[in-house]
Amino acid sequence: MDNHPPMKLRRRRRAFLWGVLMILTVSVALPTAVTWVAAQDAEHANPRAEFWRAVRQGAAGFSTVRGPQANVLIDSRGEDWRLLRNGPVAGFGAVAMGSMVVLLLLYSILHGRVRIEGGRSGRTIPRWSLFNRTLHWYTAILFIVLAITGLSLLYGRAVLIPWLGLDAFAAYAAFAKLVHNYLGPAFAIGVVLILVLWLRFNLPEKTDWQWIKAGGGLLGRGRHPHCGFMNPGEKIFTYGSMLVLGIVVVATGFVLDFPNVPQPRATYQLSQLLHDAAALLWITIMLGHIYLGLWGVEGALEGMVSGEVDENWARQHHDLWYEQVKQGTATQEAIRGPQGGGAGTPEPGRPSTV
Amino acid sequence: MARMKFLCDAERCIECNGCVVACKNENHVPWGVNRRRVVVLGDGEPGEKSISVACMHCTDAPCAAVCPVDCFYTTDDGIVLHDKDLCIGCGYCFYACPFGAPQYPQQAAFGGRGKMDKCTFCAGGPEPDNSQVEFEKYGANRIAEGKLPLCAEMCATKALLAGDGDVVADIYRQRVLKRGGRPQTWGWQRAYGDKG
Repeated sequence: MDNHPPMKLRRRRRAFLWGVLMILTVSVALPTAVTWVAAQDAEHANPRAEFWRAVRQGAAGFSTVRGPQANVLIDSRGEDWRLLRNGPVAGFGAVAMGSMVVLLLLYSILHGRVRIEGGRSGRTIPRWSLFNRTLHWYTAILFIVLAITGLSLLYGRAVLIPWLGLDAFAAYAAFAKLVHNYLGPAFAIGVVLILVLWLRFNLPEKTDWQWIKAGGGLLGRGRHPHCGFMNPGEKIFTYGSMLVLGIVVVATGFVLDFPNVPQPRATYQLSQLLHDAAALLWITIMLGHIYLGLWGVEGALEGMVSGEVDENWARQHHDLWYEQVKQGTATQEAIRGPQGGGAGTPEPGRPSTV
Repeated sequence: MARMKFLCDAERCIECNGCVVACKNENHVPWGVNRRRVVVLGDGEPGEKSISVACMHCTDAPCAAVCPVDCFYTTDDGIVLHDKDLCIGCGYCFYACPFGAPQYPQQAAFGGRGKMDKCTFCAGGPEPDNSQVEFEKYGANRIAEGKLPLCAEMCATKALLAGDGDVVADIYRQRVLKRGGRPQTWGWQRAYGDKG
């Protein structure tokens, strides 16, 4: 049977190309034609089908029952909210916070604490006034309480219920919800006060860019870059996160906290998603702030506890501010904060009496 | 085991709100809480339809999926119930439910909603069947007595059907066959004009 001469290569190739072209043409033309015909038929579309399609997509009607969206038969956006909250938001939040903890652990193991260069001088200079310290710890403690209660409501079902059981967790969750709802507005006051009163510490300066290029002296053990009262890391991450994420968390929190001002379900869904996502990111960033303040940078914590920092610490981390204080050109406000430190403000550079 | 379902026949519902009243009375539902409601679609226009809606007892219920305290459970009959002792009144089930079924006795500042209340398919709650404490928290438990939800039982036009999904589907299928081809059928008007 093989006595036929083989088809010429050119002819075979041509047949193949024509075949492919035909398949492509038909596979594009056929659906296009059907869609076009259906579009021409739109005026004859079954009105009943259109009617129920609109209802399925959340069209409002009328109901004698009063209540938020009582006149809407079905609004399935809640399903999107469920998928986003239980999926990406909870998932990425856990990954972000977990990664930050691992990163900080690695950093503290590989790099260790940032020690005060040349040890403590024994002389201190005032950095934070009592008012500013009170404002910091008021907001910080509320932040931690709200973070723990908030995370309990998001992750408690997966993490705490297997451990505590349904009844004990429900009792804790009821308490956590109450605490979260009542302390939220109190926290908002702290956030707004910090954003307003500490704005001028956090304005960009010319030296910031060099500090950023030098990596803030966090990596390696070279000379610490020049820096004023606040470093760009504090400006961007601590203040910046509060400015962006804090405002989102506070604004959405107020929407969620007051069901006596009823909103459509979609507003609650969006607010809840933004509240969760922003809060999770904020907690992730604040883990870094907490690490650096409590352990990572030796001598940093006392500025927020006693209000005074060691001279050598100031020279190492905030040399430009230190020079200003030494020359007496730092305004009293920049040293003591906007509300002043009350009586007995020590002279800059005065040896600590503590 | 039966899979309990509600079905409201839009061709029969006349918006008498009898189901709403029956539910309120049978379950002693508090003021401001409505486990069931009737929604009129295209009110006052030709082709107006009414549908009675309550908790639809979803198979993969969004309310149960988002509940932070995991207070929902599904009975062997496929009825979605919740435990008010666990409920913290956070409102998440209300955000998630497509039908607006979850209801709260309060709407106060600082997230004060009280314990969530919703249609139980007249099946009570986790307390002992037909005990006083069950009635006070969840209302009637007609299922335990071998009866169906009162809203459907009282429906004057038998628009609202409740019960085993297979039986409900059979009844509805027979109705559709009896009514003949319906205008819902795609292409009906194209073939037969608007007389259908």
